[in-house]
Amino acid sequence: MIRRRVFQAMLVGAFALSSFTGSASAEALDDILAAKVIRIAVPTDYPPFGAIGSDMQPQGLDIDMAKLIGRELGVRTELVAVSSANRIPYLQSKKVDLVISTLGKNPDREKVIDFTAAYAPFFMGVFGLKSVAVSKPEQLSGKTVGATRGALEEQELSKIAPADVTIKRYEDNNATVAAYISGQVDIFTSGNAVAAVIADRSAARAPDLKFVIKDSPCFIGVNKDEPKLLARVNEIIAKARASGESEKLSQTWLKAPLPPGF
Amino acid sequence: MIYKLQFADLLPYWDVLVRGLAFTILLTLASTLSGVAVGTLGASARTFGPQWLSRLVGAYVELIRNTPFLVQLFFVYFGLPAAGLKLTETQAAFIAMTINLGAYSTEIIRAGIEATPKGVIEAGVSLAMTRLQVLRHVVLKPAFEKVWPALASQIIIVMLGSSVVSQISAEDLTYAANFIQSRNFRAFESYFVVALAYLMLAILARAILRALGSRLFPKA
Repeated sequence: MIRRRVFQAMLVGAFALSSFTGSASAEALDDILAAKVIRIAVPTDYPPFGAIGSDMQPQGLDIDMAKLIGRELGVRTELVAVSSANRIPYLQSKKVDLVISTLGKNPDREKVIDFTAAYAPFFMGVFGLKSVAVSKPEQLSGKTVGATRGALEEQELSKIAPADVTIKRYEDNNATVAAYISGQVDIFTSGNAVAAVIADRSAARAPDLKFVIKDSPCFIGVNKDEPKLLARVNEIIAKARASGESEKLSQTWLKAPLPPGF
Repeated sequence: MIYKLQFADLLPYWDVLVRGLAFTILLTLASTLSGVAVGTLGASARTFGPQWLSRLVGAYVELIRNTPFLVQLFFVYFGLPAAGLKLTETQAAFIAMTINLGAYSTEIIRAGIEATPKGVIEAGVSLAMTRLQVLRHVVLKPAFEKVWPALASQIIIVMLGSSVVSQISAEDLTYAANFIQSRNFRAFESYFVVALAYLMLAILARAILRALGSRLFPKA
């Protein structure tokens, strides 16, 4: 009995606390400008978006994007390394002001946080040597494509590819990459991040995008009810696109131009 | 919560399973023939060949017996293209299994050869048999008879070991299980059925090899 009451009391306390932090927050943008520092969650385990460089400093597209936002706001950028599992909780608990961590948009996430405009392309596609003339699934007819068994793009490709396509299904991403680099396959399907890593390591077989299978661009995550911060970040993203800064980030880290219509 | 077995979920994939089964059987059959042939040549060379050849075969046996089969397979499939030799996954699987069984069977057959007393070979020579006749009738046949059970076990080990060829996208029995499991998430049922298939294959192979043994080497 007593134990149950204690539990109820804790529950009530927890609710009170959560409503308190919810209502007490002023506009985050004002706090950031006053403190002259913005805390941004970035990945350090996902090249080329975020990784630890040889100088032990984080580097990557997400890190450059975070620094760009700090620069535009005229404040210092404080990077906080997060994993893909804890990046949203870090934002919700206000340990960070923004999440720039290859975050994709989906209805479940939209219930708990807000998203800015897309800042970087992220997609599953079919890639291959420049000499391979393919621009849509039908043209794969009679060809051999490497894929990672069970991965989202492998299942999608199995559905859209013509019946006479040979899909070589490898055990994991590394085997698929090895098959492409060693020349066992000249076409493969994977994410654009993987293609960028290959382009970086093996210039002779730099993969060329043939067509997109599934598009899921990266957005910046902002807490709900922060209209000023959201609007300001969107402004910065629009400006970066207009000035060619986004294109430069894509060329530097993804080794590819921004896809048409991005 | 009790897991509900749903073997019916495997039915739409029966053709994948059958093709995988056929692939495993054919691959085992082909690489057994070539592997034992390599082993016979290797064992003969090691016992009767010149010293340099004997050393070379010895080095091959040690190299293969002391490295993992998966690494050998990856070397043939992913490594050799860098040297200009591009093999399909089926060719790579066949070659890796032949090289592997060749090394083990060299040692097994050599043990059989060494168990043949020198006097028996000399008796063959004194009967005016040619070197090849001596090798075939006096040396190899009794050698195979002695090591037949060990050789049969090694062949089955290689057949079961062939499950790793799915790693280089060869579509064998294990590939079938991995593929089905990636589609319907029925891991228990997929691997259970495939484990059963391997068990049946192994029992069948043993029975065939035993029957073959008693035909080739009838008890006097």
